[in-house]
Amino acid sequence: MANLAAVVGIGQTKYMTRRLDVSIAGLVREAAVNALQDADLTWDDIDAVILGKAPDMFEGVIMPEAYLTDALGCNGKPMLRVHTAGSVGGSTALVAASHVQSGMFKRVLTVSFEKQSESNAMWALSNPQPFSTHLNAGAGGYFAPIIREYMRRSNAPYDVGIKVAVKDRLHGARNPLAHLQKPDITMQEVEESFMLWDPIRFLEACPSSDGACAMIIANEELADKASKKPAWIRGVAMRSEPTMYAGRDEVNPQAGRDCAADVYKQAGITNPRKDLDCAEVYVPFSWYEPMWLENLGFAPEGEGWKLTMEGATSLDEGGDIPWNCSGGVLSSNAIGASGMIRFAEAARQVRGDAGAHQVEGAKLALGHAYGGGAQFYAMWVVGSEKP
Amino acid sequence: MSEEQEVVTVVKAPVYLKYNFTAGAAPARFLAQIKKGVLTGQRCPKCSAVYVPPRGSCGGCGVATEEEVVLSNKATVQSFTIVYIPIPNNPIQPPYIIANVVPDGANVSFIHLMSECVNEDVHIGARVEAVWKPKEEWGFAMDNIRYYRPIDEPNVPVDQIGKLSVNGQEG
Repeated sequence: MANLAAVVGIGQTKYMTRRLDVSIAGLVREAAVNALQDADLTWDDIDAVILGKAPDMFEGVIMPEAYLTDALGCNGKPMLRVHTAGSVGGSTALVAASHVQSGMFKRVLTVSFEKQSESNAMWALSNPQPFSTHLNAGAGGYFAPIIREYMRRSNAPYDVGIKVAVKDRLHGARNPLAHLQKPDITMQEVEESFMLWDPIRFLEACPSSDGACAMIIANEELADKASKKPAWIRGVAMRSEPTMYAGRDEVNPQAGRDCAADVYKQAGITNPRKDLDCAEVYVPFSWYEPMWLENLGFAPEGEGWKLTMEGATSLDEGGDIPWNCSGGVLSSNAIGASGMIRFAEAARQVRGDAGAHQVEGAKLALGHAYGGGAQFYAMWVVGSEKP
Repeated sequence: MSEEQEVVTVVKAPVYLKYNFTAGAAPARFLAQIKKGVLTGQRCPKCSAVYVPPRGSCGGCGVATEEEVVLSNKATVQSFTIVYIPIPNNPIQPPYIIANVVPDGANVSFIHLMSECVNEDVHIGARVEAVWKPKEEWGFAMDNIRYYRPIDEPNVPVDQIGKLSVNGQEG
């Protein structure tokens, strides 16, 4: 049985297209310092550092964890790097949590980042593979056919994705850290934005951001003494599946369903829509909201889009299960950090510290990340009350 | 200072990495066949699924694949996207269609280009066939197949996509 652990500090940077004023080291340090300040702690209070980012090819800095030790105050302290593609921010938080839950460390700092302005992710994801056709048109090119298959199966109206794109940007307008600030966005504007990878339009896709997110995770004894309200970790789960196997359901992957079932069981959740107060879910392309509503058990298969269209996931429409109140990946996408932002934003909600995008009285929240060819999953449930 | 100098915040520094790639046993057999103009897959001894291009194992069962299967030039569109942006370092002009195609006789799809088609007419379940480059251009590469093009055959019902035998809709 794992020991209790809780998030006692959260720090983020403002997400934006280019942070020319800081290096990668400056970027991660900024998030880490913000987390230390939030927790009212100093570097000496940290026992170990767990770092995550998307593949090294993005910025072309190989093993950046080695170069970032100084910036993250961990010379002479244990450091570990996590790699799970787009889900890495979530997996990194879980690895950090496990180092406390196991009793190995009392208090760890976990950081994840991406500085997309120093990289070309589209290029890094479209590299020719030896002996294969050179037709990898970025992440959107990979996910668009899967979205098309979801639209066919579910018979969802064509504008579900447009609605998600608007909803998440309206949420993002409440969050000063969000990269895209589009308080006046309309369905028409999204619909008229140019097609990138049919059926994905420009405004139905995530931006490219610079940014870092950090959290401090402490054991029960230290969390009880924390200066601000902790977010107690109520369940943690990771799953993965092969990218390619015969009969694989790419629309509703088994690894996602299994991961959700595991994390819900730990947190005592039997009806996620009812039992959770909100969720931060990795939705880099708008149609992934209805797809994940089904994969995560918030709606029966084929009916996720109905929740979206009813406004159930919208703060502005007073929905019963708001998704991505922070604006989500559709509003800020510093790839390596994006998963951790979901986990941190879930924690902010149950700490009652989410500002203008706070879900009133949120007690239980889900943080979710996925990556690779929708084959890596990381999830946690955090609560305002100690279990 | 008399002149104001712009602060340098970004420098572009291209790097090049040359490497030798070893295909591995299963892809090497596949590539030797495709060099001869033959598309092959490998069958899982446990679940009988046929993989193309073969990676030497079945991702579902976790067992090695050995038996080689010759696949058809005909295939079915499992899904697709119409892409409106260029692929870095690829001369292809947008818009173009990237389709997930399942060759008859195989149970998984791979991505390939579609051409000789009206983009708006392409659909899930559509029948297509491989158009090969001229023989003298064949190498150890998947793009010996230049693209897939539509053929005049009835659509494959969705629940049958990825399940056709090498004889296609004949059964």
